[in-house]
Amino acid sequence: MKHWLSLLLVAVLVAAVVPVVGCSESETIKIGALFDVTGPNSPLGTPEKQVVEMMETQINDAGGINGVPIEVIVYDTEGKEDSCVSLATRLIEQDGVVAIIGPSSTGESLAVIDTVDKAQIPMVSCAADERITIPVGDSIWVFKTPQTTYMAVQEIYSYIQDQGITKIAIMTDTKGFGAGGKKDLEDEASNYGLTIVSNQSYDNEETTNWDPFISKIENSGAEAVVCWGTNPGPALIAKALDGTGIPFFGSHGIANTKFIEVAGDAAEGVIFPVGKMLVADQLPDSDPQKAVLLQLKSDYEALYGEGTCNTFAGHAYDALKMVQMAVEEVAPDKETLTEELKDRKAFAAKIRTEIENIEGFAGTGGVFNMSPDDHCGLSKGCMVVVKIVNGEWVWLQD
Amino acid sequence: MLSRVRGKWSYLAIAALLLFLVIIPFKWFLGQYTVILIFIGIHTMVTVGLCLLMGYTGQISLGQAAFYGLGAYFSAVLTKTHGFNPWLAMLVAALATGGFAYAIGFPIFRLRGNYLALATLGLGIIMAVLFRELDQFTGGPTGITGIPYLSIGGFTFDSPFRRYFLVWFFCLAVLLVSQNIVRSRTGRALRAVHGSESAAESVGINVAQFKVKVFVLSAVYASLAGSLYAHHITYVNPSPFGFLFSVMVVVMAVVGGLASVWGAIFGAATVRILSDEILLRFGEWDVIVYGLILVLVMVFMPRGLFVALKEAYERWRLTHRQRGAEA
Amino acid sequence: MSPEQFVDNLISGVAQGSVYALVGLGFTIIYTVTRIINFAQGEFVMLGGVFSFLLFSSVGLPLPLALLLAVLAATVVGAVLYLLAIRPARQASVISLIIITIGASTFIRGVVGQIWGKDYMPPLPHFSGDNQWLWIIGITLVVMVALHLFFSRTMMGKALKACSINRQAASLVGIDARSMAFTSFALAAALGAIGGAVITPLTAPHFRMGLTLGLKGFVAAAVGDFRSQVGTVVGGVILGIAEAMVVVLDWGPFASAYKDVIAMLVLLLVLFFRSSRGAAQEAAS
Repeated sequence: MKHWLSLLLVAVLVAAVVPVVGCSESETIKIGALFDVTGPNSPLGTPEKQVVEMMETQINDAGGINGVPIEVIVYDTEGKEDSCVSLATRLIEQDGVVAIIGPSSTGESLAVIDTVDKAQIPMVSCAADERITIPVGDSIWVFKTPQTTYMAVQEIYSYIQDQGITKIAIMTDTKGFGAGGKKDLEDEASNYGLTIVSNQSYDNEETTNWDPFISKIENSGAEAVVCWGTNPGPALIAKALDGTGIPFFGSHGIANTKFIEVAGDAAEGVIFPVGKMLVADQLPDSDPQKAVLLQLKSDYEALYGEGTCNTFAGHAYDALKMVQMAVEEVAPDKETLTEELKDRKAFAAKIRTEIENIEGFAGTGGVFNMSPDDHCGLSKGCMVVVKIVNGEWVWLQD
Repeated sequence: MLSRVRGKWSYLAIAALLLFLVIIPFKWFLGQYTVILIFIGIHTMVTVGLCLLMGYTGQISLGQAAFYGLGAYFSAVLTKTHGFNPWLAMLVAALATGGFAYAIGFPIFRLRGNYLALATLGLGIIMAVLFRELDQFTGGPTGITGIPYLSIGGFTFDSPFRRYFLVWFFCLAVLLVSQNIVRSRTGRALRAVHGSESAAESVGINVAQFKVKVFVLSAVYASLAGSLYAHHITYVNPSPFGFLFSVMVVVMAVVGGLASVWGAIFGAATVRILSDEILLRFGEWDVIVYGLILVLVMVFMPRGLFVALKEAYERWRLTHRQRGAEA
Repeated sequence: MSPEQFVDNLISGVAQGSVYALVGLGFTIIYTVTRIINFAQGEFVMLGGVFSFLLFSSVGLPLPLALLLAVLAATVVGAVLYLLAIRPARQASVISLIIITIGASTFIRGVVGQIWGKDYMPPLPHFSGDNQWLWIIGITLVVMVALHLFFSRTMMGKALKACSINRQAASLVGIDARSMAFTSFALAAALGAIGGAVITPLTAPHFRMGLTLGLKGFVAAAVGDFRSQVGTVVGGVILGIAEAMVVVLDWGPFASAYKDVIAMLVLLLVLFFRSSRGAAQEAAS
C-alpha cells in the first residue's frame, strides 16, 4: 500500500514538474528579466521586479510600443549563478526574448555574460560593478544602469575632504558590493588627501558582535568612518558607533528607509552619496532628471505604498526604458515593428545598436550617454551627497 | 540494477537509455533542457562521491563544496591566468584536490567518532572564505571571468549542445567506475565497514585506509565536476561553493538513495528539476513548496527515490508473475 | 588597546558565545534523545528573534511579555515540527530524518519570509541600560542552572537523560521514546528561541538569520560531540571569544575578514587535541 503511495507521489511530482509546452510565435515584444527576488539580494530584486511589472502595465495600457504590446517575463534567480544561467537560456531559447533586464547582482551578471554573448541578445544589468561592462570588448552585448562604485567613492571623498578630515577608518562588506568599494576606497584615498588608518571587513549576514570592530576604530585615531555595504551591516555599525563621537559616512547601499529604521536614532546625521532619486523634490526644476524621478516615485508609490520607491527600482526602470527607447528607434511604427519581430535575432542586434546610441537620456541614475566604449553611460555628477535629518534625506549642495 | 533485468533485455534497456540520453539535447526532442541537464550531470558527479562516502562508510561530509570549488578555481586560475591547457589544468586540479583530501583525511579518520561532519563543515567554511579573500589568486568576491572552453584539437566545446555530451561522458564514466568499485572486493569490503567496523577489521580490512580512499575519490569526482562547471559558465566566484551547496549535495544523495550509485542521478535530477520548476511555478512561494516536498518525499520514501522505484517495480513484477502462474 | 577595552571585548565574545551555546544545547538535546541532527535548530533561533520583534513592535506588548510569548510560540513550532514531520517518518533512517529537518527548515524560513517580509527588522531596545552583553550572559547562566535542575531533579528530565544514555534500556523501564523525542524537540526550540530573543537588541532580525546562528550552534554542539552539554557550552564560548579576538588582534593573516576561518581552526584544534587525548586514553586502557 505504502509503495503505491510512493509511486503515486512520484507521478504527481513528475506531472507537476513537466511544464506546459510554450509557443514561441507571438505578436508581442518579449523582454526577459532576471532578478533576485527571494534570495540574499531580495531587497534589490523585489523593487526591480515590481517596477518592471508596473511599467509593463503602463506601456500596454498606452497600446504597447508603437501599437505592439510588450510582455515582460520575470524569473527569480534566488541569487544563484547557475540558476541565473539556466534561466537566461530559458528566456532566450524557450521564451524568445529580444532583450534581458538584470540580473540584480554582480556575480550573477558576470555569470550570464557568456550566455548572452553567444546567443547575441542584449542585456542591461542592474548591478554596479565596473567589471560588468569593462572592458566592453568582453561582450558588446552587455550594458548596465547603476552608477559605478568609484563615482560614489569620489563623491563622498570629495565631501569628506571639504570637511577638513584627513584620517579615516573604512569598514567594508566582504561580498561583492563592499569588496568593490574597498578597492576603490583604497585607490582613491590619496587623491583626496585621506589616510586610511583602519581597514576592516565584515561579513554582512553573519556578524552580530560589532564591539571589537568599534574598539579598533576608536584606537586608530580615525576622524570618520566610511562604511561600504548594504543593510543591515552599516545600520548596526552606525548604531554601535553612536556615542563614540565619530561621524559615520555610508555608501549608496544605505539609500533606503530600511537603514533609517534599523539604525534608529543613530541614523541622524549620517551622510552618504546617492543617485538623485532620494532628493528628487529638492532638485532645481532645471534638472532634467527631476520630472522623471518625481513621476516614477508617484506612480510606483501609488501602487506599492508610500516611501517604497528606491534607487534599485530606478535602475530597473532605466534599463527597461532604454530597451523601450531602442525598440522605438529600430521600428518607429507598427508595420516595421511587426516585420522586425519575424527575425528575432536581427531585431535583437538592432536593439543592441540603438541602446549603444543612447545619448542624453535623463534616467533615474543620471543622464546616460552610451557609446561603443562606454556601456554604463554615466559620469561624475550623476550622484549627490545626502544627509539624514529627522529621518528624512536632505541634499547637501556644494 | 540491471542485473535484475534478464538476458538480452538488459542490453536493450541500456541501449534505449543511452539513445534517450543522446537525443535529449536536440531541438526536436528536449533541447530546451540541455542547460539544466548539464548541471544535473555536474551535480551527479559530486553526488556520487558523497553516496559512496555516506553509503559505504556511514560518515557524512558537509564540505563537498570545498572540493567542487577547488576544482573550479584550479581550472579557472591555471587556464585563465597562467594559460595552461584546460585538460592539463583539470588533471592537475583533480590531483591537487585529491592530494589535499588525502592529507586531511588521515588525521580525521584515525580518530574514532563522527568527526567527519564537523571537520568537513570547517573545511567548507575555510575554503569559502579563502576563495573570497585570496583575491590575488581567486579574483575575490567578483571572481574570474573569461575562462576558456575545453577543446580537442580544433573542436571546441563552445555551445551547450556540445558541452552536454562532454559533461555526460564524464558523468557516465564516473558512474561506471563507481559501480565497478561497488561490485569489487573493495566494494564489498566497503559495505562491510558500514556494517561493523570492528568486524571488518577482524577479517583484515584496514578500515581507516578505506575511508580515506573513498574520501579522496569523492574529492576527485567533485574536483572534476568543478572543472567542468568552470569551463561551462566560463566564470567562477565564491558564491556557488558555499555551505548551501554542500547541504544540497547531501540532500541529492539521500533523495536519490545512498545504497545505489545510480541513485545519484535520480537525486541530482529530482532536486534540480524540483527547485527550478518550482521556482517558475510558484514564484515567491518556491522555498516553502520546496521544503514541503522535501519533507514529504523523505517521509514517504525514506530510503530514497531510486530504492522506492525499484521496490515498486519489484512489487509489480511479483504480482504480475503470480497472475501469470495462476493463468 | 587598553586593558579595559580588552576586557569589554572579551565579555562581548563570551556573551556571543553564550548565544551559540544555547543554540548548540538545542542540537545536543535532540541528538542525545533521538540521534537526529536537527537542521531546523537555526530556525527556532530566528523565530525567537522575529517573534520577539513582532510582538513588541507590531502588537505593542511590553518587552518581557513579548520575549516570553516569542519563546513559547517557537516552542510550539518545535513541537509541531516533531509531530508533523518527524513522528510520521517512523521507519526512516537517521539520515533521512536529517533531510526532513532540512526540508522543514527551508519551509519555516520560507513561510516567515513570505508572511512577515524578507527585509531586515530593526533591533529591539536593550533590555536595560547599556550592556546587553551582561544580560545575555546572565540569562544564559540562569538557563543552564535551570537545565541542570531539570535534568537532575525532575521526573521528565531524568527520563530524558535516561533515554539519551540508553534508549532501549529506557524503554524497558517504561519510558516512552516518542514522548521523550517530543519533549526534546520542544525543549530545543525553547533554548534556540531564547538565544534568538536575547541577541535581538544587537542585531536586525531577519528571516534568514537562522542560517548563520544555526551553523555556529552546530559547531558548538560538535565540540561537545553532540553528547556533552558542558562541551557544547565550552565550544560555544570558545567560538565566540575566538571570533572577537580575531578582530581585536587583526594581525596580518588574521585579519577580520578571516574571522570565520580562524574560529573554525581554533575549534578543530580543540577537537583534535581532545579526541587524540581520548584515543590515547583508550589505547592505554
